[in-house]
Amino acid sequence: MAITTLNPPRIAKSRLTGRLVAQIKRHPTVALGSSLLLLMVAMALLAPLLQTHGPQDISPADRLQNPSSEFVFGTDMLGRDLYSRVVHGSKISLLVGVGVAAISISVGLAIGLLTGFLRWFDAIVMRIMDGLMSIPPVLLAIALMALAGASIQNVIMAIAIAEIPRVVRLVRSLVLSLREEPYVEAAVSSGTPLLRILIRHILPNTLAPLLVQGTYIFASAMILEAILSFIGAGTPPEIPSWGNIMAEGRTYFQSAPFIILFPGFFLSLAVLAVNLLGDGLRDALDPRLARRL
Amino acid sequence: MFSYIVQRLLATIPVMGVVALVVFSLLYFSPGDPATIIAGDMASEEDVREIREQMGLDQPYFVRFGTWIGGVLQGDLGTSIFTNRPVADLIMQRLEPTVALTVSTMIVAVALAVPLGIIAAWKAGTAIDRIVMGFAVLGFSVPVFVIAYTLILIFSVWLEVLPVQGYVSITEGFLPFVQHLILPSLALGAVFAALIARITRASMLEVLSQDYVRTAKSKGLNQKEVLLRHALKNAAVPIVTIIGIGVALLIGGVVITETVFAIPGLGRLTVDAILRRDYPIIQGVILLFSFVYVFINLLVDVSYCFFDPRIRY
Amino acid sequence: MVATIESAEEDAVGQQGHDESALLEVEGLSTYFFTRDGVVRAVDDVSFSVAAGETVAVVGESGCGKSVTSLSIMGLLQTPPARIVSGHIKLQGRDLLTLPESEMRKVRGNEISMIFQEPMTSLNPVLTIGRQIGETLVLHEGLSEKEAESRAVELLRLVNIPEAERRVREYPHQLSGGMRQRVMIAMALACQPKLLVADEPTTALDVTIQAQILELMSDLKQKTGSAIIFITHDLGVVAEMAERVVVMYAGKKVEEAPVVDLFERPRHPYTAGLLDSVLKLGSSSGERGKRRLNEIPGTVPSLKDEIVGCPFAPRCSYATDYCRTDAPVLEEKAPEHFAACFHSDQLAEQEN
Repeated sequence: MAITTLNPPRIAKSRLTGRLVAQIKRHPTVALGSSLLLLMVAMALLAPLLQTHGPQDISPADRLQNPSSEFVFGTDMLGRDLYSRVVHGSKISLLVGVGVAAISISVGLAIGLLTGFLRWFDAIVMRIMDGLMSIPPVLLAIALMALAGASIQNVIMAIAIAEIPRVVRLVRSLVLSLREEPYVEAAVSSGTPLLRILIRHILPNTLAPLLVQGTYIFASAMILEAILSFIGAGTPPEIPSWGNIMAEGRTYFQSAPFIILFPGFFLSLAVLAVNLLGDGLRDALDPRLARRL
Repeated sequence: MFSYIVQRLLATIPVMGVVALVVFSLLYFSPGDPATIIAGDMASEEDVREIREQMGLDQPYFVRFGTWIGGVLQGDLGTSIFTNRPVADLIMQRLEPTVALTVSTMIVAVALAVPLGIIAAWKAGTAIDRIVMGFAVLGFSVPVFVIAYTLILIFSVWLEVLPVQGYVSITEGFLPFVQHLILPSLALGAVFAALIARITRASMLEVLSQDYVRTAKSKGLNQKEVLLRHALKNAAVPIVTIIGIGVALLIGGVVITETVFAIPGLGRLTVDAILRRDYPIIQGVILLFSFVYVFINLLVDVSYCFFDPRIRY
Repeated sequence: MVATIESAEEDAVGQQGHDESALLEVEGLSTYFFTRDGVVRAVDDVSFSVAAGETVAVVGESGCGKSVTSLSIMGLLQTPPARIVSGHIKLQGRDLLTLPESEMRKVRGNEISMIFQEPMTSLNPVLTIGRQIGETLVLHEGLSEKEAESRAVELLRLVNIPEAERRVREYPHQLSGGMRQRVMIAMALACQPKLLVADEPTTALDVTIQAQILELMSDLKQKTGSAIIFITHDLGVVAEMAERVVVMYAGKKVEEAPVVDLFERPRHPYTAGLLDSVLKLGSSSGERGKRRLNEIPGTVPSLKDEIVGCPFAPRCSYATDYCRTDAPVLEEKAPEHFAACFHSDQLAEQEN
């Protein structure tokens, strides 16, 4: 896989957007994914306008109502309007998704860049990363949540920590192969400061794969948040996240399956949107990565 | 090859060491003082201090880690705070359902996903390929509990052909055992199967573009022989690799699946422990699952030699 | 070198009689690639024939359509994007293009077999040599696995691989490039095919290994009597192996002649250019050089655009205005010597 070009194959901005446009035409899934995601974002931002009831308004008289014109998605065991709760739940999922992606990518990038260049750092850090990667992410996140206690910030941190090792791995492998490139070797041998090499030559080439990886982390973080909330180790129960709504519906599943199915459907749709976007970006930006995944 | 296996085994020691350190830290930093809990409400401060000394809780971090790891190596995973029983015993009690569930899921997922991936690669670009890959994306996107509840709704509530939940040991009859495992395995296996199908397709596509596949066709072999005899073995390494890595997804999914289907396995044990803040149990389960995960990936590494004669260690 | 050619020629003539009905007839073959950016006319209205036991070389620069021609004969084109849009490929009168795939599979590896350019990548890395040679025999001749393996050992001996009993159980990566090409040859000859299509079989090898492989091939040709289509861009190899030569340029056949005739009196400036680049170098350095056909100035035209006039005109020193507007047709310029050029006679005079 030796690429013998002397020019840094940096993707110019205009070329990147140009290729994106072309790819969107070629892969309608990207368009589908991004429009679905936009809808979700709109739903999250406009939640106070879209709601028909207060998401926390308890009305014991209306408990466990089937979907109707009054309660579009029905009500839960406290008589809260499921539709309004689901609409508000989108905020949590998207917040966790974006938060985890941003934190794990930036921390993973920083660690990964250093491991690629500092031998002693690499030796220590990669042992730790190997260890962390040997703990299934769900369990690691559960363990961290059990320690830290329920809050949205902790959920984001716990999932991010579980995701970071994979980002480090990716960045490290990119750096190691980039380091063999003639233009990087040239920069190293001519005594260019490390920081400058990282910023000028290495960083730009990690962006495309990281963007793709970021969307996948976004998607899996939304699922992980729901999983944590569902088993009672995630978002505090008073916040209407999709995982929490589903957890509350567990006992009533046979009589009122809609309590689980509506948030489940929206969660699936949101994850699907991000996955479609990720697949499209991957095909567009990095055909080699497309082979690997 | 023997020396390779030994070498790989040795390489897992530092990995497991880090796992152990993380897991140990979990208990070390956990809120609450075990000594206070054990001493009970009526204990004096003096009693608590005594218990603490007895348990070695006043020792520094690394000394305690050493003591703990020494115990673990002898099969002592500590004592449950809630039930006051050895964690190792609790785990042994819950082992069977989890093993049954994961093994059946792996079999179902691999048996389903590999052929589908091969067909998708063979028919790349056609409607069949798109349908298979569409299902794969869905498998990635629909979380395990949504699939689980949907399956329950369809097959147990509406059609009433399969039990809603629960677990029946194989010793109590094979048919009920299988009946109770079908839905959980399908739900748990969806992501895993999606992952395997995608990798199988990608790996096969890569192989099918190789020169030796053209050579095989030039001999007059038919499509099936080309795919199964010449291509699949070459495509196997990435496939078994992802099966190994995918076990992590499976383990994560077990926790949820057992909760939804009320299966009394390790997943349920974990969830109950979380709700009760029973840290030694959480610790023990994570340690066990991580060990299994590392071990399976060790097996995967060794299996490379079987698939590719060029790999000799 | 010349001795080899003549003896081979005599042999072929002696066995078959030269104008007997051809073993393989390619008639008006056109293979196009339908890509997103347009239609590529990779092979355009090409005809030639191969008699039983004859060796025909197909020569041209890379991208001239040689390999696509061979894959068309084997029925191994990737469809899409490639499609044979017209023509016939007849093996002893049977049109291969109309055969159903199941029938075509019985032809492949049995009646026609192929040797590929890259011995390093053309063998399956995870199957033993014996298995790869043997499976053709199991498939077409119904041998058992065991019989096939012992036949494979014999075949390995035939292609001069030492320690055949051991090698048969080895994997391709344990063999050198030259050895692997010998294995490819053994594999291709396993079912004693009537026709062997060799697509640049020596290009990827070292010069000394090249010579050995060529020697092996002419030797085996004597023994088996298979006809060979030898695809190459190396005129040195042509002189060594072929009885007749088909020269292709930009997807079209531009010249065809018996090998001696072609070397002595080329009737197409493209052929003349190819010969010049080899011969000049050969005489100055005393050995066959590595420099090859790209010695002619300019490049092959894009096959995506409709070519007006003679495709070689932009690179041709003989080209006149006429050449740039009208395409020359293939004509018999001398007995058995065909060329598609308006200036054939002028060229012939100059060469003399």
